[in-house]
Amino acid sequence: MTTAAGTPTDRSVLPVTERYTLLGWLRRNLFSDLFNSLLTIVAVASIFIVARLILRWAFNTAEWGVIPANFNLIMRGQYPAIEAWRLWLVIYLLGTTVGLVWRLIVGQFNTTARILVAIPLVLMLIPFFSMGTRLYLMITAVASFAGYFIAGYLPIQHRGRAASYFVMAYLVVMLILLRGAGADDGPMPPVQPILWGGLLLSLLLAFFGITLSFPLGVLLALGRQSKLPAIRVMSVIYIEFIRGVPLISLLFMGQIMLQLFLPDGFPLVDRVLRALVAITLFSAAYTAENVRGGLQSIPRGQYEAAQAVGLSTYQSTIHIILPQALRAVIPVLVGQFISLFKDTTLVALVGIFDLLGIARTIIANPDWLGTQQEVFAVIAVLFWIFSYTMSFASRRLERRLGVGQR
Amino acid sequence: MKSMRKLNKAGMILSMVIGMIIAACMSPAAGPEVVESDEAAAPAMQEVQSTLSIVQERGKLVCIGNSQLPGFGFLDSEGNFSGFDVDYCRAIAAAIFGDADALEVRPATARERFTILSSGEGDVIIRNTTWTMSRDTDLGMNFGPTTFYDGQGLMVRKELGVATLPDLQGASVCVITGTTTELNLADQFAAAGVAYEAVVFEDFDQSFTAYEEGRCDAVTTDKSSLVSRQTTLSVPSDHVILDVTLSKEPLGPAVRHGDDQWFDLVNWVVYATMLAEEHGISSSNIDSFMGSEDPNIRKLLGLEGDFCSKVGIANAGCFVDVITQVGNYEEIYNRNLGPDTVFDLPRGLNSLYTDGGILYAPPIR
Amino acid sequence: MQNIHASQVRPPFYRDERVLGVFSQILVVVIVLGLGLFFFNNMITGLREKHSVAITFSFLTQTAGFDIGESLIEYSRERTYLRAFVVGLLNTFQVAVLGIIFATALGILIGVMRLSTNFLVSKIAAVYIDIFRNIPLLVLLIFWAQGVFLKLPRVADAIVLADAFYLSNRGVAIPWGLPTDSWGTYLIVLAAGFIAGAVLAYFLREHGKRTGRMPLVTLWFIVTVAAVGLIGWIVLPQPMTLDVPTLEGFNTQGGKILSQQFMALLSGLIIYTAAFIAEVVRAGIQSVSKGQREAATALGLTAAQTLRLIIFPQALRVIIPPLTSQYLNLTKNSSLAIAIGYPDLFAVAGNTILNQTGREIEMFTMIMGTYLSLSLLTSFLMNIYNRRIRLVER
Repeated sequence: MTTAAGTPTDRSVLPVTERYTLLGWLRRNLFSDLFNSLLTIVAVASIFIVARLILRWAFNTAEWGVIPANFNLIMRGQYPAIEAWRLWLVIYLLGTTVGLVWRLIVGQFNTTARILVAIPLVLMLIPFFSMGTRLYLMITAVASFAGYFIAGYLPIQHRGRAASYFVMAYLVVMLILLRGAGADDGPMPPVQPILWGGLLLSLLLAFFGITLSFPLGVLLALGRQSKLPAIRVMSVIYIEFIRGVPLISLLFMGQIMLQLFLPDGFPLVDRVLRALVAITLFSAAYTAENVRGGLQSIPRGQYEAAQAVGLSTYQSTIHIILPQALRAVIPVLVGQFISLFKDTTLVALVGIFDLLGIARTIIANPDWLGTQQEVFAVIAVLFWIFSYTMSFASRRLERRLGVGQR
Repeated sequence: MKSMRKLNKAGMILSMVIGMIIAACMSPAAGPEVVESDEAAAPAMQEVQSTLSIVQERGKLVCIGNSQLPGFGFLDSEGNFSGFDVDYCRAIAAAIFGDADALEVRPATARERFTILSSGEGDVIIRNTTWTMSRDTDLGMNFGPTTFYDGQGLMVRKELGVATLPDLQGASVCVITGTTTELNLADQFAAAGVAYEAVVFEDFDQSFTAYEEGRCDAVTTDKSSLVSRQTTLSVPSDHVILDVTLSKEPLGPAVRHGDDQWFDLVNWVVYATMLAEEHGISSSNIDSFMGSEDPNIRKLLGLEGDFCSKVGIANAGCFVDVITQVGNYEEIYNRNLGPDTVFDLPRGLNSLYTDGGILYAPPIR
Repeated sequence: MQNIHASQVRPPFYRDERVLGVFSQILVVVIVLGLGLFFFNNMITGLREKHSVAITFSFLTQTAGFDIGESLIEYSRERTYLRAFVVGLLNTFQVAVLGIIFATALGILIGVMRLSTNFLVSKIAAVYIDIFRNIPLLVLLIFWAQGVFLKLPRVADAIVLADAFYLSNRGVAIPWGLPTDSWGTYLIVLAAGFIAGAVLAYFLREHGKRTGRMPLVTLWFIVTVAAVGLIGWIVLPQPMTLDVPTLEGFNTQGGKILSQQFMALLSGLIIYTAAFIAEVVRAGIQSVSKGQREAATALGLTAAQTLRLIIFPQALRVIIPPLTSQYLNLTKNSSLAIAIGYPDLFAVAGNTILNQTGREIEMFTMIMGTYLSLSLLTSFLMNIYNRRIRLVER
């Protein structure tokens, strides 16, 4: 406790030389006084114990055979194996689109771009992948290169607009590929969303949850700040109601009670879609509160200035207020998106086989009894990678936009 | 600022497009049926649409089933459903469409199954469901003929040396929530004066995992399910099913109250499989019966009197489709639970009345 | 502003913001109410026509008929559904209260570690925060329940500590107090001790305000209560005996058993929430400007005094609002108990009772109403508290 606030060591007053010698660094950061030295020893000991525990488990106890054997399930759930080529196509096109958009928006092949291209190439090193999988990963990397180079030769004036068109086109194509169309024995038979599973479904739920809940949340936040009493009251009721109940209760309601609220003969709404709607409605209330924080941080002068130059309420909101408000709350918004991504795991409790749902079926499989630790460790790492990447990217973005530095 | 504005606009358009796409992604019925139901909307307001016509319009039967009970309803790693209960779903589909594969099995937990049926999301529950009075009345269900007579049992590790209920004094018992077994367990242990700890789980997988790891001393559910799940334990022979029956568990199909035609259809498909066994008609020899003189057989096979039309099916040979595509009761039983399977479950009560069992189907006439 | 604008040129009614405002409000209200009525009507007719059930809460007084694994109050299968509901509610409270206490302690510890000048300690805290903030709670809970607690030895081979603590995959059995006849009297003595302590604290504080030298009020309060409690314990004929668990039959008997499900839920919630609380604490402490600390040092306050008297009171104002929302999150997250079989409010009401009665509408109304009032109550208390500390500031 005392070290945290107690030792007023200001780095700037230390001699410059000391900062760069290893011994000096150790002395200052680890052994500055008796208490600190003790802390260091305890810390080293606990790191050693934990690391040994984990390494021993990972290399001696754990039986990793369960992962390669169920790898396809983990990645795509019950998506039919014979249709897997559609998923690969989706991935290639993703690579191409990212390449295109990168050229249009960022414009240079910087470190981040290199890292992005390296991802599929690094994945090729995973030992249990078949040669086919490695080849497909290689194609992905090539596809993203191709996208980047093609974009350079396209006669495009409005780069931003073109990029958003590319993204939209990609999304449409992706959904068509995933969902399929035509007859059951046609070239691209339909695949019910309930069969989409594993990591594929988790990522899709998160992506569409975020893109749908964000505009809804912004609208709710504006509604809560609105001068019109009826709209304000309804926004408040909605936000407070949703924030007051657990997500799981909304998911359950969506799964088992939705049909009760719909008229007879109404077509069944897909179960995955119902879960998505529940997640979206839930997350929107939290997004609304975050955006409200941003709206409140905008000084009154901005509103008045907008009015003075003759902008309507709508115009000033869209062009003056929102851009500033959203920029101010990027970190919390990303935090909300991350928690939405994590919350998608709750769909496993209503019988949808997302990454967690698939994990639960794997450990119940008679062939893989007793592999809880291995399976859940892998699932946790997968979730961690995606969440951490999001928060890392948000921190980078924050720095670039200079949030909180003014 | 300018680029920000553009991004905003793009974002809005983007989300609208996504919204529309998702709306278009609703269940397959959404496409053609939306149009149809618009036209049919006015009359449908006054009159509730019959289940059969909904099923026929949809082109497939939605059967609420189990995905975790090998032998009855099980989802294998390729994503196919199989089992005794699933075969009865197939039989109904075969009767209606002449195609046993015109079927979607909607896996449900014990908790969800009745709500899913009442909300109209499924057409029939065939999911090792016990027929009880309160389900029949309070929950608004109609139970069809019992397809499997079962009783609740207890499984323990052999090494515990448990033989009777009182031996379980102070034990922990794993049980699945939302089932009659949960209530029977409480009733029977209270009646025997045995104190125990109920460890309640949501599904078979969790319950048996906990039992396997030793979290519970005993696990309870229907005996057939115990037999089925025993085969999935790591060392099946380490476990024993006690010779104690806690309850009567007549398992069979359930449908919603209020649609008698649909109820009749489900009933008679089940009876047809029993009658077929009674007359010795199976999927392999059915052709030889097509020239039969026996009026009972002729009626079953739709050669005499149009009985299928009485349950709303135009195809006079609806039961023939059931027998050729799915089989008679014996075939269904043996395929899923019989001597050639890992379960090797004796027929017991589930034999025809002529063989000492209690399967007794009313005649078709 | 608006008045000038409006009086200069009156725009046509379809562009008049006031007319548009009223119109859009009416439109929104009509749409929302219409949709609500539509759903409600469908539900009512559906329930009546499809299976002739009316919405009623009378089933709550019927016999429940099922057993619940763990309960804070007396419960058996002969009790009513309402009683079962209360059992679930109390179990939720139990997990929430214990979770909040431990998560706060761990969170503060890690938050302070994060700010440590010791490089290693600070990095350990950072790694902890980065790991647990980025793993879904549900994955953590199931891992904890199935990968850790279920993998402990069977109860027959339980790990025994000091012949009194049994650690097995059924949970942890610990010694627990067993009240005797004089327990009631002892409680009264204890209450008297509390009152005495409070009175003493009040006078000490007043005294401190007058003289300007504030004594350690809290310490005095605790000492008084402890002293009275100790004297009562010695004087009265043993108000409580210690019940030590033993291994008998299938399970441990006696003492208190913290079941595997309870332990998994609690530890999962604590570990997860502590990572968030640590960030809240860190941000709070960092929000206190450096000048404050330097001024305190200049005035000759010790490090501990600086932390207690200068940093913490100021940091608290920043910490409290996000901390409350973490507490609420923890409470709502405890509903994930359903995944690991702990009988909390949601598992008992939304799962077992709903299953046995088939009363979806009624049960969901009750569940959501409960969580909602819980969170509205907390926000209400929070607002009062916020107003109080703001007043202190000025």
